[in-house]
Amino acid sequence: MSEFINFYFIPGLILGSIYALGAIGITLTFGILRFANFAHGETMTLGVYFTWTLIQFCLHTLGLEMSNWFIILILMPISMLFCVVVVLALDRGFYKPLRESPTIMLVIASFGLMLMVRSAIQFFWGPQLKTVLPGIQLPMVFFDTIRIAPKHIWIILSAIVLIALIHYVLTYTKIGKAMRAMSDSQELARLTGINTERVVQATWVMGAALACAAGVFLAVDTQVETMMGFSLLLPMFAAAILGGVGRPYGAMAGGLIIGLAEELSSYHWIGDGALLNPGYKQGIAFTVMIIMLLWRPSGLFKGKVF
Amino acid sequence: MAVLELNSITGGYGDTTILKNVSMSVDPGQIVVIIGPNGAGKSTAMKAVFGLLRLASGSIVLDGEEITNTPPERVVRKGVCYVPQTANIFPSLTVEENLEMGAYVREDDYRPRIREIYEMFPDLAEKRRQAAGTLSGGQRQMVAMGKALMLEPKILLLDEPTAGLSPKFRGEIFTTVKKINAAGTPILMVEQNAKQALQIADHAYVLVDGENRFEGSGKDLLADPEIGEMFLGGGRANSNGGTGDAS
Amino acid sequence: MSLDLAYGLSLYGVSLLTMGGLYALLTLGLNAQWGFAGLFNAGIAGFFGIGAYTSAFLTTAPTMRHIGGYDMPYVVGIAAAMLVAGIIAYLVGKVCLRLRSDYLAIATIGISEIFRLIVNNEIDTTNGARGVSEIPKPFEHWPEPYNQIAFLVLVLLAVLIVYVLLEVARKSPWGRVMTAIRENETSAKAAGKNIETFRMEGFVIGCMIMALGGALMSQYLKFFNPAAIDPLTATFLVWVMLIVGGGGNNRGAILGAFLMWIVWSMTELLTSWLPSQWETPWFTLNDLATRASYLRIFLIGLLLQVFIQRFPQGILRERRPSFSGD
Repeated sequence: MSEFINFYFIPGLILGSIYALGAIGITLTFGILRFANFAHGETMTLGVYFTWTLIQFCLHTLGLEMSNWFIILILMPISMLFCVVVVLALDRGFYKPLRESPTIMLVIASFGLMLMVRSAIQFFWGPQLKTVLPGIQLPMVFFDTIRIAPKHIWIILSAIVLIALIHYVLTYTKIGKAMRAMSDSQELARLTGINTERVVQATWVMGAALACAAGVFLAVDTQVETMMGFSLLLPMFAAAILGGVGRPYGAMAGGLIIGLAEELSSYHWIGDGALLNPGYKQGIAFTVMIIMLLWRPSGLFKGKVF
Repeated sequence: MAVLELNSITGGYGDTTILKNVSMSVDPGQIVVIIGPNGAGKSTAMKAVFGLLRLASGSIVLDGEEITNTPPERVVRKGVCYVPQTANIFPSLTVEENLEMGAYVREDDYRPRIREIYEMFPDLAEKRRQAAGTLSGGQRQMVAMGKALMLEPKILLLDEPTAGLSPKFRGEIFTTVKKINAAGTPILMVEQNAKQALQIADHAYVLVDGENRFEGSGKDLLADPEIGEMFLGGGRANSNGGTGDAS
Repeated sequence: MSLDLAYGLSLYGVSLLTMGGLYALLTLGLNAQWGFAGLFNAGIAGFFGIGAYTSAFLTTAPTMRHIGGYDMPYVVGIAAAMLVAGIIAYLVGKVCLRLRSDYLAIATIGISEIFRLIVNNEIDTTNGARGVSEIPKPFEHWPEPYNQIAFLVLVLLAVLIVYVLLEVARKSPWGRVMTAIRENETSAKAAGKNIETFRMEGFVIGCMIMALGGALMSQYLKFFNPAAIDPLTATFLVWVMLIVGGGGNNRGAILGAFLMWIVWSMTELLTSWLPSQWETPWFTLNDLATRASYLRIFLIGLLLQVFIQRFPQGILRERRPSFSGD
């Protein structure tokens, strides 16, 4: 039992939270800007590398000590800001000129941006692997059976806080309601006098900040490398589709489901070996997505179907 | 001075011309109705007022100010509110949130206005926390109208408010329209249900093939045999309340 | 100029043209999907890979490292590649083609990545990351340089045949229906045309051409592994070729392929001549050659953006109005 919780369930929860945070941005872009943003993963990668630079700066130039809370509470918000600025600039330069063009042009542009951002990251930081935190931290022991590393507690808590923040913004603020409104009907939003450009910018801000967080959490959990954003793209798209395109809460649920499914699939449910060869974990997200597209394209929470 | 004037407007979508020299006006306090066969250009005329298409010639004047070809987001701020025929509410938002969005461009406290709207539409007050998409057709129309009224507009444009509703609800809608008008808002309404619409109309215009054909007070047109022949013939072309013209 | 240098340069030229031709096949295949049917296939790499591996398995000599090894003639390998790709394209199409363009993009990229995953994991079947080697190459026993030239002629011939067939198809009643669907789906539907069938046909044909390119590529390089099924070089680059050359017309596809391949290849050559370090007073950039290769990718991506925004029709415009506006 403890093995199940420690090595399968909790990692599933962590991975699921990461997917959830990334998928919210994807689903909002899908619902409000009406296209699949292939460059979203690279925002995550960008956030991580920038955080890494900040860490190096603090360690070597400022001589500060590093710890989980410092990274997540102090450095990550700075990276989020950086990501937001970059994403808004990219929107201005590459997406805004295409707002009236057919959706496919935006998808192609995002495809191109995906490669541009990644290659820029590789140019500045080089392609080698880097770890964010030196060494692995010894797990704390709770309740005698559940053992969980401090970094994991941080990730789960921060994810909960971020999701609560998102919920607050979407439910209680004017711009949040305007985002949900525009996701329902862009045309009606325009007719109602809602400032659609402002809503678009808010969407990018929210998506970029969450993507940055998701990336940093992934790096804290595993490592830093240039393809991390791309490797998360498929699960994030699957999560958004599973939850219903345009539904942020659906994306959260979708992310958790897929993350848990991926980790739990390597558990030895039947017999000795893993249920699914761990090399095929990524196939789960894809399979879920195809099933949803075939069976119920509007997703679990009745999102948009195009 | 008229609240709204359409002076000889000509235009359409892209290269097609739908409206040819159409003129109408709405005086303070009036309910003005536009009727006509399918494809006559009724909805097109309304969309022209709201800036949803480019007019080739003619002008639209609101309270003395010209608003021809002004884009929708600015026309709203000038005091024209438009309820389209379909997709006129935000389904995943609650009734109250829909009303709040209606007040988006207001800078002041709009809560008194929300209370007024709930007084006008008591059904909505009951369902204020319910997602608007789960309401019945008639109630959704009320949300749509309530939302448009949040800005206390100078004039309210309604595009076929009874489309797709059962006869019972149609009567309710017309009663509501009168109520809104009585509270002080002039109304320009496109309708397929000509007979019922004319009953509440102070003035009405009949458009055929994109041109003015007849006009007069609601009573006069109702009494006119020619109009009766064309549009009010029982049970045939129009009284099923189709989903509206292609324009 | 010494004779050796001239010889070397000419061989380089031959290889440039050969690769350009192979990419022209991929781009023509993509055009059959995009230009004809308006489909956004982001999984070119996958179908390219299916073609390459199918042909490789059939034409190689018997071996323990992977399945197949039936020593089949080249033509059989190529035909099988196209057939298998066609079947898979049909299945994929059945599931995905009714989806909107971005969903199709996600689905096809997913399929491509899953394919790469499978090839990497099923080591017994495919030899995993180590790939299939010693693939027989047409004309390989001929003396140099005739073997290279002969293969180039083969590729150019393939491009020509595919081009002619596609042009014939485009001008045929079938092609005209495709254009009608692409430009105004609602009226084409109203005219009673079965959109799904036409789209499927365009999709399958395109994938088969891509598989042809894959099969020939595997024979040209005599080696194929999962790294070649890379979204960057096998999908993205082809898209750039099509958009730059002229999305929607076959001549543009061919032009784009050759042009961009030459740019891609020669910039690679340039970056390999860079020094290994660049020192400035503030920082030192190491691995200059590797970093410069990322710069290349960045610039190609930027080129794509410039074209989408300024010249969406590409260098060679289509004679009929294209759909960059609707």
